[in-house]
Amino acid sequence: MNINLTLFGQMISFAVFIWFSMKFVWPPILQALEDRKKQIAEGLAQAERGQHAQEIGQKHAKELLQKTKTQTAEMISLAQKRATEIVEEAKQNAHAESERILTTARADIERERNQVKDQLREQLAQLALAAAEKILRREIDPSAHQELLANVAEQI
Amino acid sequence: METSEALAHAAATPEAQGSAAYIKHHLTHLAYGYNPHDGIWEFAHNSADIAQMGFWAIHIDTIIFALLLGAFSSFLFYRIAITATSGVPTRLQALLEILIEFIQDSMRSSACEKNPVVSALAFTIFTWILLMNTMDLLPVDLLPWLFSWVGVHYLRVVPTADPNGTFGISLLVFILIIYYSIKFKGAGGFLAELAFHPFGKYLIPGNLMLEGVNLIAKPVSLALRLFGNLYAGEMIFILIGCAYVGVVPGLIAGILQFIWAVFHILIIVLQAYIFMVLTIVYMDAAHREAH
Repeated sequence: MNINLTLFGQMISFAVFIWFSMKFVWPPILQALEDRKKQIAEGLAQAERGQHAQEIGQKHAKELLQKTKTQTAEMISLAQKRATEIVEEAKQNAHAESERILTTARADIERERNQVKDQLREQLAQLALAAAEKILRREIDPSAHQELLANVAEQI
Repeated sequence: METSEALAHAAATPEAQGSAAYIKHHLTHLAYGYNPHDGIWEFAHNSADIAQMGFWAIHIDTIIFALLLGAFSSFLFYRIAITATSGVPTRLQALLEILIEFIQDSMRSSACEKNPVVSALAFTIFTWILLMNTMDLLPVDLLPWLFSWVGVHYLRVVPTADPNGTFGISLLVFILIIYYSIKFKGAGGFLAELAFHPFGKYLIPGNLMLEGVNLIAKPVSLALRLFGNLYAGEMIFILIGCAYVGVVPGLIAGILQFIWAVFHILIIVLQAYIFMVLTIVYMDAAHREAH
């Protein structure tokens, strides 16, 4: 066991290898480890966020669906009500119209009947007058009884 | 000189020489240094040459294999790091991430947790020592035999079974302990910690001695623990290697080598881990403010 110059050779090479690994081996690996740690942490956080967002989205969608259902139901019932109203209104209108047409027709009939009555009365008066004139021509002066005849015609 | 070289080459097989020569051959480093006997810088021809060179020798094998393994791992990790992505990682990137997170886990809640130098220190210690220890699993004769064909007669391939290799690492850890102690406690705080512990201010010499030994023991125990384990492991492999001298002993030796290798995997990883954890513990103590 002899100690000699080899000792210093070994010390120098050892120092160089330490320096080398400190300078060129550790930093990149530590950097890579650190980066990977960060990436994993970020990935986990993102996954967490994603899950959270999904939950919120699902809840939102559920609410929206519920709201839409309610709205639709409301709209349908409203439409039904409106339809009933329209039908009712139409019925009433039709009824009023028929009523009006009936009234008009009745008035027309009344008027025409009166006209016919008047004509008939006049014709009857003339007929009566002509008959009376034929009867009276023989004994009564038509001019003297004119007033009387007019009265009779009036009364018929 | 020529006879010793021929001997060295031949000693690559246990049959050619006695067990003692085989073992001794396997425990001799490929050394380059200043030989005072010849008065020149040269490769050592045998262990006697290395002993003559004393301090002025370099174990070329230790340095080369340590450098190759460190450069290999650094290059590999660098390639992975520059293509690192925060998305789906490749298998290699996942491996590196596991390693780095393992180091970070080991440093969790220590005072030096945020210090990038300590992180890189612990990381380099674990990966580099693990690789250097793993060289022990190669068949003990494989690389020496291969290199003997290109004229390299001595070769020890496990840098951590060389005390220079382990002390080189632990001394740098020691320097960092002192540096961070002074940085975070102040020179006075650091000295006070040495002088007033554990017996209060009336036994300063005793405190200094105890704490001084305690301080020195840190790098020494780090280095010797690793060296001792790996040296012992290598020694067992060499001893098993001695037994490859026939069909039946060879078969037994093969089984033994397999069993020891499997067990040794545990030691390899455990020793790298212990070295790293103790370094972190020492660094943690150095980073804490004086109390």
